[in-house]
Amino acid sequence: MTVANNRDSAVELRNVSKFFGNVTALDDVSIDVHYGEVHCLLGDNGAGKSTLIKIISGVFKPDRGELLVDGQQVRFSSPRESLDHGIATVYQDLAMIPLMSISRNFFLGTEPLTGWGPLRRFDLKHADQVTRDELSKMGIYVRDTDQPVGTLSGGERQSVAIARAVYHGAKVLILDEPTAALGVKEAGVVLRYVAQARARGIAVILITHNVHHAYPIADRFTILNRGGVMDSKTYLKAEITREEVVNRMAGGEELDDLSHELAEFARRDEALADRELQV
Amino acid sequence: MATAPVGSAEPLMSAPVAQPRFSAKKVLLKPEMGALAGAIAVWIFFAVVAGDRGFLNARGTASYLEVAAELGILAAFVALLMIGGEFDLSLGSTIGACGMIAALVASEYGHNLWLGIGISLLFAIVVGMANGILVLKTGLPSFIVTLAMLFMIRGATTGMTLKITNRTQVGGLNDLPGYDTASKLFAYEFHLFGASFAGSIIWWLVLTVIAGWILLRSRFGNWITGAGGNLQAARNVGVPIERVKILLFVGTAVSAWLLAMIQIINASSADVVRGEFKEFYAIVAAVIGGTLLTGGYGSVIGAALGALIFGMVQQGIVYAGVDGQWFDFVLGAMLLSAVLVNRFVRMRAVSTR
Repeated sequence: MTVANNRDSAVELRNVSKFFGNVTALDDVSIDVHYGEVHCLLGDNGAGKSTLIKIISGVFKPDRGELLVDGQQVRFSSPRESLDHGIATVYQDLAMIPLMSISRNFFLGTEPLTGWGPLRRFDLKHADQVTRDELSKMGIYVRDTDQPVGTLSGGERQSVAIARAVYHGAKVLILDEPTAALGVKEAGVVLRYVAQARARGIAVILITHNVHHAYPIADRFTILNRGGVMDSKTYLKAEITREEVVNRMAGGEELDDLSHELAEFARRDEALADRELQV
Repeated sequence: MATAPVGSAEPLMSAPVAQPRFSAKKVLLKPEMGALAGAIAVWIFFAVVAGDRGFLNARGTASYLEVAAELGILAAFVALLMIGGEFDLSLGSTIGACGMIAALVASEYGHNLWLGIGISLLFAIVVGMANGILVLKTGLPSFIVTLAMLFMIRGATTGMTLKITNRTQVGGLNDLPGYDTASKLFAYEFHLFGASFAGSIIWWLVLTVIAGWILLRSRFGNWITGAGGNLQAARNVGVPIERVKILLFVGTAVSAWLLAMIQIINASSADVVRGEFKEFYAIVAAVIGGTLLTGGYGSVIGAALGALIFGMVQQGIVYAGVDGQWFDFVLGAMLLSAVLVNRFVRMRAVSTR
């Protein structure tokens, strides 16, 4: 794969810090997310991932530093403003309304209208058609787009949420733990669709715990640790192996300790099994 | 499941599949289906038990339709509000207050009855907005906020009326200027098959069609379902939650105002206790009609059918010669079975493909 070093910058944070009282949630963080790339944001709980995406999606304002969209400095005062700049966030559980039909979900908040005057109405026919087309492009077959979203599997639901954001013109897609609650196969469905979004030139910020889901699809990795960027740099995929990512995420020494502990457990289990055999 | 192998980044172009026009399962899983079956069953039951005592003739039909209409006017908007994820318990006392305001303005202060009607409408709109704003600003459940409003409005209505008139009823509205034109709008009667039917039945049907259209065909209807189904998700995609909820509260308050006008014109008097328990009956009708207590799912047609069942049972019991007090028992039993049926339908709805 050619290193996409010279693609245009979609979203950039420059030396951003965020404080909540005495707690430093983000400390001098700089990242640069490019169009047509999947930028993977890794880190343990409390590393600052949520705070970072909430700054990009307009929920929080940075206390220090700059936020740039398409190279222009911006200050968002609400999620709506971020949305208007083409930045869409897909939350793990908060994306879809289970008892609402698929096409109604797909167009919630951006309903196409037809007719005029007081009879101006939601163009359900058009909504059904578009939803059907977009789903089939993803390889999700539904008998009827009028069926509730709750009938879809978790992975399909997540995919529909991504398709919705893309269809409605997202240029930057923030995916918050999209595969966390999914099985291997289901996660594959979602990641395949993330790859399609990238192919369309969309900048994807993928937040995850799961290196094994992220590694095959990501172009760049930024590992957050206690509010800061680990090693103060974003890695290109060519610069780091999967094992190194895992190692850095967990903190190398802690992982060594863990493997010692696991070995100790295994020894005890063996000893126990031996004793049981003797009894 | 027609998914391409994991790892393929090419879009899988499946052959275009036509949207199925009709499916029996889809129809059976609509929220109002339980209420439709229930309405038919209740009608057959009373046709058998009380058919020869007047339940089936035009007068019997007119009597249960009027009861159904008065509740149905409320239930249509209560269903919308509940689908939007909120309750309005204040509408019972709003009925009493609106009726009394209109009567006092005309009868005690000597104005045209239409001025009273207008002022009470303004009052209803203010109550609706206050409910909505309080719920949104405090973040408290609407159940509690509107329960407080229920008592406050009832207490204030009684207190003010006693202070002004020394009584809790105001009568003689039919002698006041404006009554005749007002009665053409609110208490119109039409004759069919030798019986006179209440004009409230027309109000009920028209409002049910409008509310049903709003829910199923308008953009606002999609916002209602979205706001009730998952507030945060709806907010994230840009649904104006505040506007939706406040308008829904105004809707229930205005439906209470309309019922109050129909009642005071019909009775030619206002009473501070009017509308008692209507807030609960309207919720019962909506729930029997398939609307979920948790929001995000329901039907305006179902609420109309729930009101119809309510009317048929209330009048049917009398025609059957049973003590009318048993009505409350039957109502409670129907509510319980409706909730169980709804739960079953809902589980089927999200489990079938």
